[in-house]
Amino acid sequence: MSADVDADVDADVDATGTIGPVRTTYREALREALREALREDERVFLMGEDVGRYGGCFAVSLGLLEEFGPERVRDTPLSESAFVGAGIGAALGGRRPIVEIMTVNFSLLALDQILNNAATLSHMSGGQLAVPLVIRMTTGAGRQLAAQHSHSLEGWYAHIPGLRVVAPATVSDARGMLAPALASPDPVLLFEHAGLYASEGEADGGPVALDGAAVRRAGTDVSIVTYGGMLPTSLAAAERLAAEGTSAEVVDLRSLRPLDEDTVLASVARTHRLVVVDEGWRSGSLAAEVAARVAEQAFYDLDAPPERVCSAEVPVPYAAHLERATLPAVDDVVAAVRRTVG
Amino acid sequence: MTATVETRLALLRAMVRIRRFEERCVELYSTERIRGFMHLCIGEEAVAVGVLGALDAGDAVVSTYREHGHALARGVPMSSVLAEMFGRVTGCSRGRGGSMHLFDAGRRFYGGNAIVGGGLPVAVGLALADALAGRPAVTACLFGDGAVAEGEFHECLNLAALWRLPVVFCCENNRYAMGTALEREHAQTDLALRAAAYGMPAWAVDGMDVQAVAAAAERAVTAVRAGGGPCFLELRTYRFRAHSMYDPDRYRDRAEVTRWKEQDPVDRWRDLLLADGDLDEAGWTRLVAEVDEEIDQAVTLAEAAPVEPVEDLTRFVYAEQSGVSS
Repeated sequence: MSADVDADVDADVDATGTIGPVRTTYREALREALREALREDERVFLMGEDVGRYGGCFAVSLGLLEEFGPERVRDTPLSESAFVGAGIGAALGGRRPIVEIMTVNFSLLALDQILNNAATLSHMSGGQLAVPLVIRMTTGAGRQLAAQHSHSLEGWYAHIPGLRVVAPATVSDARGMLAPALASPDPVLLFEHAGLYASEGEADGGPVALDGAAVRRAGTDVSIVTYGGMLPTSLAAAERLAAEGTSAEVVDLRSLRPLDEDTVLASVARTHRLVVVDEGWRSGSLAAEVAARVAEQAFYDLDAPPERVCSAEVPVPYAAHLERATLPAVDDVVAAVRRTVG
Repeated sequence: MTATVETRLALLRAMVRIRRFEERCVELYSTERIRGFMHLCIGEEAVAVGVLGALDAGDAVVSTYREHGHALARGVPMSSVLAEMFGRVTGCSRGRGGSMHLFDAGRRFYGGNAIVGGGLPVAVGLALADALAGRPAVTACLFGDGAVAEGEFHECLNLAALWRLPVVFCCENNRYAMGTALEREHAQTDLALRAAAYGMPAWAVDGMDVQAVAAAAERAVTAVRAGGGPCFLELRTYRFRAHSMYDPDRYRDRAEVTRWKEQDPVDRWRDLLLADGDLDEAGWTRLVAEVDEEIDQAVTLAEAAPVEPVEDLTRFVYAEQSGVSS
């Protein structure tokens, strides 16, 4: 524990000594969460490709090397399997590693470690071992980076028992999810959508529980269930629908595993209609899981078949118009809602 | 090496325990008390005993699916190893791991990894944790010659050398990656050369000679513990049995197997102790009887042990205190 108080934090302390909400960006909120974690627990360290001197591929960790030094902010070779597995081993050894993988596509090089070790060691050892590891990675499309930097594979990880999977969609969640993730005795995968890094919002710095969905907009006619990078799209669709007289409730899952079924089912019980918006591919998707659970548990609450709005089933293409056509857009969400309420 | 008589006898006893235990496992497998995949290290006992014997209680061990010998040499109780193979709740992984996934957190025995090469990154991380915490521990990472062909071998030797981490990489080279001979898998079959390319001390040892393995392991562990960064040991050995109980062993020449059996590490060491007068025939008979008695007790305990209630199937998927249900 360090008694140092950062000057930036000082500036946000009001006359009563409490820290008020701060207007910041998603990227800065993530960085502040990392800074706080490194400051408060000497067991915490960050490692990954270019997290140190480069400042992070998406500049999330910019400045942390200078503040915490190369033992705590460790640049790694381009060896995803080795450094993710080293994070697992370090967690077993009592440290609290935060591993950054540049993008979810690169995480496939470490999939063996994530699935066969991180997710299984607790159960396979009969509860003797725990892997308190946090893996952060970027997900999602929208920057013309084509088919090896743009996919949304978090739904794959949500398939795996033993992992916790979270997807902060707001600045507040970006700021508040890391501390609970580090406190968790289980491995937590934290998906940062590339399109959100520059988004602005308020964060009060408080912890955000890892397992609860949030109703981001209340409504009565349809439940739009989404997460991560599709939250702004869903909220924009709800805004447009409101102008047409349709009241859409927007539920942000936040946690993809475990799923907060209660919040989703309660919303559907109010609205009787479901549209799931998911940047992943439709087949075998997280959207399919949400729709299936609602169909299983709330079939008689539904007044219309559930709808899914997902990415087109293609490797994400480079050209701007093709990429746009691949991804769920506000128009697609509005159209799906109209089908369910029509 | 000037080992005492007690030490020399302890090496023999440790190897006999592994040998007799696995021979009993074959019987128990044939009567279906043990199921699943089972990989035996018969012929490779000198590696387990020599390497594990060089470690302290605070050191960490990462092993493979051929790890009965490593677990026993680490001190994991035979009864809990056997109960695990019987699928009992008293097993060292509560029946969730079986032969390939033996764990003992208290002895820092981190399994039991059945993905070839999959344990190396974990070993690097355990060593990193020890280094960051300022603990004088080393991590022994055991793997086979097959793992040297995996990308993780190269990623991990590079990373451990780059960060000067306290890992002893122990390649138990039994000359076959399942059914593929060393020469059919590796362009460079001198595996120590491959490791030396990463800038760490690396040398090959006669893995059929327990004294040679013990001496090399002690040298490596001492160097690594002193902060010199990782070391690599290639332990040249041979498995006398097939890859697993399912393997018809069609890919090896019988004469080759016979030739290696002439170097049987247990016989070789026993004969040396007999010749040196450290052991007599009566002592040998007594030693085997004592080991068999321990095995009999382990079998009796495993037979009588309860199984995990099915209601507890999903326990431990998440840590109990996290309250997440799978």
